[in-house]
Amino acid sequence: MDPMAEIRETFFQECEEQLGELETGLMRMESGQTDSETVNAVFRAVHSIKGGAGAFGLEDLVHFAHVFETVLDLIRAGRLEPSPEAMRVMLRASDALADLVRAARDGSTTDPVRIASIVSELRQLTGEPDAGDAEDDDFADIAFAAVPVTIETEAALPPGWIVRFKPLADLYAKANEAGLLLRELGRLGPMRVTVDAESLPDLAALDPEGAYLTWTIVLDADCTEDMIRAVFEFVEDDCEIQIERNLPADVAVAASSSAVAADAGQPSDDEILALLRNAAASVEAPAVIEPEIVVAPPPPPPAVSPPPEPEPASASAEAPAARNDAAQGVGATIRVDLDRVDRLIDLVGELVINEAMLSQRVFEAGLARASAVMTALDELEQLTREIQDSVMAIRAQPVRSVFQRMPRLVREVATMTGKQVRLLTDGETTEVDKTVIERIVDPLTHMIRNAIDHGLESTEARLAAGKPAEGLVKLTALHRSGRIVIEVEDDGAGINRERVRAKAVEKGLVSPDAPLTDEEIDNLIFMPGFSTASEISDISGRGVGMDVVRRSVQALGGRISIASRPGKGSTFTLSLPLTLAVLDGMVVSVDGHTLIVPLSAIVETLQPRSEQVHTLGVDVRVLAMRGGYIPLVDVGAALGYRAMPAEPEKSVALLVEGEGGVRAVLVVDGIQGQRQVVIKSLEANYRAVPGIAAATVMGDGRVALILDVDAIVSVTRSDNLRVDASRVEPILMSAS
Amino acid sequence: MTKTILTVDDSRTMRDMLRMSLVEAGYRVVQAEDGVHGLEVLQVETPDVIVTDINMPRLDGFGFIEAVRKDATWRTTPVLVLTTEVDPEKKGRAKAAGATGWIVKPFDPVKLVDAIRRVAA
Repeated sequence: MDPMAEIRETFFQECEEQLGELETGLMRMESGQTDSETVNAVFRAVHSIKGGAGAFGLEDLVHFAHVFETVLDLIRAGRLEPSPEAMRVMLRASDALADLVRAARDGSTTDPVRIASIVSELRQLTGEPDAGDAEDDDFADIAFAAVPVTIETEAALPPGWIVRFKPLADLYAKANEAGLLLRELGRLGPMRVTVDAESLPDLAALDPEGAYLTWTIVLDADCTEDMIRAVFEFVEDDCEIQIERNLPADVAVAASSSAVAADAGQPSDDEILALLRNAAASVEAPAVIEPEIVVAPPPPPPAVSPPPEPEPASASAEAPAARNDAAQGVGATIRVDLDRVDRLIDLVGELVINEAMLSQRVFEAGLARASAVMTALDELEQLTREIQDSVMAIRAQPVRSVFQRMPRLVREVATMTGKQVRLLTDGETTEVDKTVIERIVDPLTHMIRNAIDHGLESTEARLAAGKPAEGLVKLTALHRSGRIVIEVEDDGAGINRERVRAKAVEKGLVSPDAPLTDEEIDNLIFMPGFSTASEISDISGRGVGMDVVRRSVQALGGRISIASRPGKGSTFTLSLPLTLAVLDGMVVSVDGHTLIVPLSAIVETLQPRSEQVHTLGVDVRVLAMRGGYIPLVDVGAALGYRAMPAEPEKSVALLVEGEGGVRAVLVVDGIQGQRQVVIKSLEANYRAVPGIAAATVMGDGRVALILDVDAIVSVTRSDNLRVDASRVEPILMSAS
Repeated sequence: MTKTILTVDDSRTMRDMLRMSLVEAGYRVVQAEDGVHGLEVLQVETPDVIVTDINMPRLDGFGFIEAVRKDATWRTTPVLVLTTEVDPEKKGRAKAAGATGWIVKPFDPVKLVDAIRRVAA
């Protein structure tokens, strides 16, 4: 990729991070934490965006960031109070900044009227006149127009300048060098340099850090005074400088001086340094003073910079190592291609499988449990787990990036619904796999919208119920037993069970006399096509319901549940795997084959009795369960392992739930146990097989297929799934 | 001999830009992410010129320059301030802290390399 394009990409990535910091900082300020660290972090975020935007010529962004930054600078300097009113403007400005960044990134446009209105609000905070914009531009045009006029005037005069330059001690203290400035001046044209060492005192009186020399430079260059001033730009306050036109009389004076003159043409660095040494040599006590004269570059510091005092050998040997640590220790990061990390994860997956196989072989060899080999193997196993965890941790990222987007969403939805909402977040540092993070944004966005739109009551209703006018939405992330749990909690009215039930009956989702527990009623909102709001509102509406949320969560191997207390509020709980590279599975056997059923799909396991099984038509069977009928799927028959369906009463049944809450009962021969398996893509190693999601390798080295529950469940509706899975395993075995 | 430039900037974008421009101009580049990190890098590196941002976490550009100037090893090493600040007050503070010169953003590789050439021995 073109390096600039790559940096541009980095810039927009960094912008997102800065916008997140900005949001977090502003929220903190809003809650009263206006310490300098917070305010500085907010300022830096806007400042950084402006800096990068300037480099890419993103004018709109630079301009807006500049106005925003001015306000923040005033707050930083304590000249502007971060009042609630000011905070409100700044939060809106941060949203607008985010829009401008994304517009710049995608080449789209933002609403200029909205941006202009926020700019004017920001300007009101700074007390700057609002209409300043257009005027500034006019001035810039005038300045440009004036330039050629100046050049013409100067060109009319004869070329040549005399520059008198007397450095002050401060010039040297800031690491500027007279010699380098003269070298720079020499680039403008041929020059003759004269040094005046008159004020150089005797050695005894000489301040080694003082400045005693004055140079007169006759510059035979056709340049402007500004070009000469530019050479001395960095030192203008630390020297005395006079620049005047070299009129003929002046030339004579300069020529008659006792200087050593540089020849015409561009003097090289060495020539100038030699010149300056000569000048030094012509003053008193040259041999001693020379090193003190500041024209020569200082001796370069020793390479590893050991302290000048002699040290014991052992100490000096340790010092560089310690420093290396210090330099590398703090927040050092590298950026790595995701592909490389994934490759590593893959390899570690292989390692885990191999380790399990080795254990199995050693066990089969009949070695004593206390033998040295077994002990070493235990250690290897532990080490392998640690490597696996560490590698997974590379892909892990804090959920902060998702959480940071939510305050803005809350503000927008609150404005649209006319409700007052406060968002509390907790556990932003909880880490989870990058892919999981990317894919929970949409479900979470929908859940938050839902919590505000449907969960929280209107302000009047809240006041009537004796609650504070401001509703509360709490977003929490935490790790629980190897999974990440994200909760969205509101303090609204809770689920109106009567209405939910009536709605479900009206939509034909449940029968009017179905005996449902409170929990079951609550869970009706996840049914496809369910919507509690009597009219579909603009916010959570558009036909997208909680069923879509649940489907995307399940696609990630996650589960979603709801707990509701009437009048007190509801809590939605999302439980997701920390990674998509491993899966919690139920190991089952079907006709001598080992299969894995994703645990997230299993609702319950049961032992069917023969009177529960009913046959409909030729080969459709259902299981009577709690007053309803659920389709029965014989996994062995569905995958082509056997022609005749198994006897359900001699089997184990798994009640599973597929996409959209469709339920089915899977019939398998037996359950071997639960375990975490490393997911191996079937498409990448063989080809896609209907009914099979992926494969894994068990400890005994055999391939086990992971069931695609959605596809199996769909067998109950269309009978087109007839895979010969029995042929897949041998092929995979020979390939590995 | 190839000159080494130390750049101190908290923005990844700026660090990438600085590196690209300076490497293209033939310099060796070492980078730090803030003032504290910059001082740590100075324990193991001997740059010919230091380029630093002003607004940074932990230790800002002013503090960084002051610390550099206090160290006898670095007191004669040119330090350029790289920042969008154009107002005289910030420039003045940077100079008071001991900055050798400055480069005004928006970032321009030509201006950057030119400024380094001007102060590098």
